[in-house]
Amino acid sequence: MVTLPGNNNILLRAEDLCKTFPLPEGNGVFTALKDVSVTVRNGEVVALLGRSGSGKSTLLRILAGLIPPSSGEVQSGNKAVRGPNPDVAMVFQSFALLPWLTVQENVELGLKARGMGREERRARALKAIDMVGLDGFESAYPKELSGGMKQRVGFARAFVVQPLVLFMDEPFSALDVLTAENLRGEIGDLWEAGTFPAKSILIVTHNIEEAVLLADRVIILGSNPGFVRGEVQIDLSRPRNRATPRFKALVDHIYTVMTNPAAKVAEAVTKVVEVAKPPTPQKAPPEQFPPLPHARAGGLSGLLELLVEQGGRDDLPMLADRLRLEVDDLLPIVDAAALLGFAKVAQGDVMVTPEGHAFATSTILESKEIFRQQVLDHAPLVTLIYQTLKEKNDGEMRADFFLDILDEHYPDEEAERQFGTAVDWGRYSELFEYDARSGWLWLPEVASGGPDE
Amino acid sequence: MLQPTFPPRDELQRPAFSLADIAVLLGTLALLYTFARIGTDMLVSFRPPDIIPGISLDPANLPYYAARSTLRMFVALLWSLTFTLTYGYLAAHSRHAEVILVPLLDILQSIPVLGFLSVTVNGFIALFPGSLLGLEFACIFAIFTGQAWNMTFSFYHSLKTLPRELDEAATLYRLPLWQRFTRLEVPTAMVGLIWNAMMSFGGGWFFIAASESISVLNQHYTLPGLGSYVAAAIAARDLRALGLALLTIGAVIVLIDQLFWKPLVAWADKFKIEQSSASEAPESWLLNMFRAAQLPQLIGEFLAPAGEALDKFLSRLALPLKTPSNTWVSSPWFDRFFNALLVFLTVGLLAGGIRFVVNEVGVGEVAYAALLGLATFGRVALLLGLGTLFWTPIGVAIGFNPRLARLAQPIAQFLASFPANFLFPFATIFFVRTGISLDWGSILLMSLGAQWYILFNTIAGAMSVPTDLREMAANLGLRGWRLWRDLIIPGIFPAWVTGGITASGGAWNASIVSEMVTWGNLTLTANGLGAYVALATAHADWPRIALGVGMMSLYVVGANRLFWRRLYTLAETKYRLT
Repeated sequence: MVTLPGNNNILLRAEDLCKTFPLPEGNGVFTALKDVSVTVRNGEVVALLGRSGSGKSTLLRILAGLIPPSSGEVQSGNKAVRGPNPDVAMVFQSFALLPWLTVQENVELGLKARGMGREERRARALKAIDMVGLDGFESAYPKELSGGMKQRVGFARAFVVQPLVLFMDEPFSALDVLTAENLRGEIGDLWEAGTFPAKSILIVTHNIEEAVLLADRVIILGSNPGFVRGEVQIDLSRPRNRATPRFKALVDHIYTVMTNPAAKVAEAVTKVVEVAKPPTPQKAPPEQFPPLPHARAGGLSGLLELLVEQGGRDDLPMLADRLRLEVDDLLPIVDAAALLGFAKVAQGDVMVTPEGHAFATSTILESKEIFRQQVLDHAPLVTLIYQTLKEKNDGEMRADFFLDILDEHYPDEEAERQFGTAVDWGRYSELFEYDARSGWLWLPEVASGGPDE
Repeated sequence: MLQPTFPPRDELQRPAFSLADIAVLLGTLALLYTFARIGTDMLVSFRPPDIIPGISLDPANLPYYAARSTLRMFVALLWSLTFTLTYGYLAAHSRHAEVILVPLLDILQSIPVLGFLSVTVNGFIALFPGSLLGLEFACIFAIFTGQAWNMTFSFYHSLKTLPRELDEAATLYRLPLWQRFTRLEVPTAMVGLIWNAMMSFGGGWFFIAASESISVLNQHYTLPGLGSYVAAAIAARDLRALGLALLTIGAVIVLIDQLFWKPLVAWADKFKIEQSSASEAPESWLLNMFRAAQLPQLIGEFLAPAGEALDKFLSRLALPLKTPSNTWVSSPWFDRFFNALLVFLTVGLLAGGIRFVVNEVGVGEVAYAALLGLATFGRVALLLGLGTLFWTPIGVAIGFNPRLARLAQPIAQFLASFPANFLFPFATIFFVRTGISLDWGSILLMSLGAQWYILFNTIAGAMSVPTDLREMAANLGLRGWRLWRDLIIPGIFPAWVTGGITASGGAWNASIVSEMVTWGNLTLTANGLGAYVALATAHADWPRIALGVGMMSLYVVGANRLFWRRLYTLAETKYRLT
């Protein structure tokens, strides 16, 4: 196989990667990744864990050579990566199968691209199909298969090219819970059996348990811009058992870290590697307009009511499991609750504050009053919109005005999401109204003397 | 590890050679024979004015004429496809080509091509002196101009909106450009491409009728075919021959639909990008027969190694791009130079064109053409309004009744692809007998072709209104005008806009043949831009052709920009039912 230079068995190395995207209308750039360094060594499973905005998928695509970094370099087998990285194969979240090719033709895709002969291609493909348990489905088309089987084809297509490092981009997140569990287990078994068709695995996920279950090292990424906060060694023996206290402790620890941007990655676990300081925040957002977590007022209220019923306190991993919510779905709501002073998060637990209790238990009108107060105190973007409208004589303003302000700090899509969340909160608290078609915001008639009385 | 899988049971039970195989074999042979026989006739010598092929009104010749016209249609389709793949590929993959090619396509699409027939006929005859091939090509080119633009836009659009992860998979597995094209890009575009080809193919019959028999420079040219048969029948005032020609064209349309488009659409169903199978896949008896037969499979197996070798060869010619991005990179200086050049060229061309027209015909003529354009514009608007008022209720009634819809949808599509100008003589007789002025009558002529787009789009729109919403409306007691205002009109709006755009484009093009019609030696003319262009074409009056066609393009582009595009945006944003 490939002889590796150096002695430390490093298959893939990225140093000081930065990725910036130009902001709309020449407003400078948005930084998605800042000074990210990652290595993948021979024989290990590395998980990249991060919340939305941490640029984990962007990082994976830079490592795969699908998009170029703005600065920094990726080395694969001591060669600088320019263009698609020949040493890796990727399993995609959406499977990325060509619907017009049969299972076998899909699996042969990468071999055909290399100009391999028909017979050899066929033999190798059949072997890979057999390995993922799809024997007998060679001539089926993807649309005849269930989601789990489609992803098996995705794995077979990656296996067959025998990559050095197998990349997985949230490979189980498009599957239902049981199917995902089943397939995850089988991939784990294959790895443990020692016959895995790749030397190492790099998996991107936002599922904490998945990371602890599969990985030897979990690299935790911070958000806005994406950076490496640190990494956690998973020193559990294989096959892994979720029921052990050590497993639970690791999951709890990572939850704590993920819900608390200021926490050090290392604290609760014994074995820890480097801890990175968050990079200096880009331009202004965190001071002037800290990003709003994308949670709807309704979801927030639902979560708080649930927590109050549970006695006002709950363990986050258990809550996520019970609600069947993944980190990216649950944490924004928890974040919003924390931002608005409705809840506190500590040690992987979430606790309702008195304000949160009042919000969850009062009538709709009262809870809107509470929500309005908290939003005005803690959500500067909503306050800015409200104040601007109040200062105008006619109490009206075009949405573009605020979008332009946001565009200076966020890429277009995120600016619109920020605005959307602000509008949702503003509407719910009856601070202002918005007509998406005309793009105008205005103060509601009744509220003109309202909230500040 | 390597177990051979058993073939499915029905494959084992299947006889080695079946009835289907015999049918496939005979069908293929018959097709080849017809093709060879008809094809050689295209090369017949032609020396005007001594030898010009004539047209005999004997009905026994009809199948032969039909075959000649059909062959022309398919040759044009082949050219359109070649053009589409090349042009669309370039436009999607080169940023610089895109800047020129896309707006150019937009302009080409809005130009009424019938106005250019005289130019092309002359050009092609000069290219192939002494052979009928020149005329053939002129006719094929006319059909081509009616087909290619739609297909190209569809292909370009598909290439620009490739599903991201499929694109990434192809890049990461380093497919050579050739494999990327054949395995990813063309298949992704296939469904849209076939659909657009089918619609434009239907429109092509219209051009057959208009371009097989044409007078340019006071010289009459005729190609053997259905279109010229109709022209001869009109000249001879032969109603019986006309009726027979109508029946023939109807039969040909149905045949081509059954033998070509239906199997193609059914086959292309596998190219739909959806992760689960559709509830109702399109079916075709011919395709089923092909799939049942062993012969095509055997031939496929036999040819597989050759195909493999060709694929390998072409793959090596076009290796994957080294840069991860799909578009070719270039320096900002070159960009600036390129843009400046583009602006310079555009301004120069425009100035030259305007100078030519103004010098040759004068400003007064331009104003006159603009006025005539207004008259034709009024006709198109009236046609759309009346067509909508008449067909929308009918289309909605059909669309809300699934069984009726399944019957009516193919009929409406048949009517849309039926060349309306085959019907013009009957309308002309009617106008002559009743004394109706063609100023009004031409609206009817234009609508003979255009209105069907409104009908079948309305049917499709009504079918797409979710049953839930209709039940809700019934539950709330919405009836009559309120039901229309609150549910039906918003519900069918996007479909109506699509139909309206197509109908108005068709009507503008049709105005060139609708505002001036003949019956024997009698010619009726309406006041309009279409008649202006038709007259200028017949006299080969270049400045007036340029002025007329330019003015018409201006009206079409103006209406698209000011009216249709806005409605389209509204339909896409506010009235989307998903």
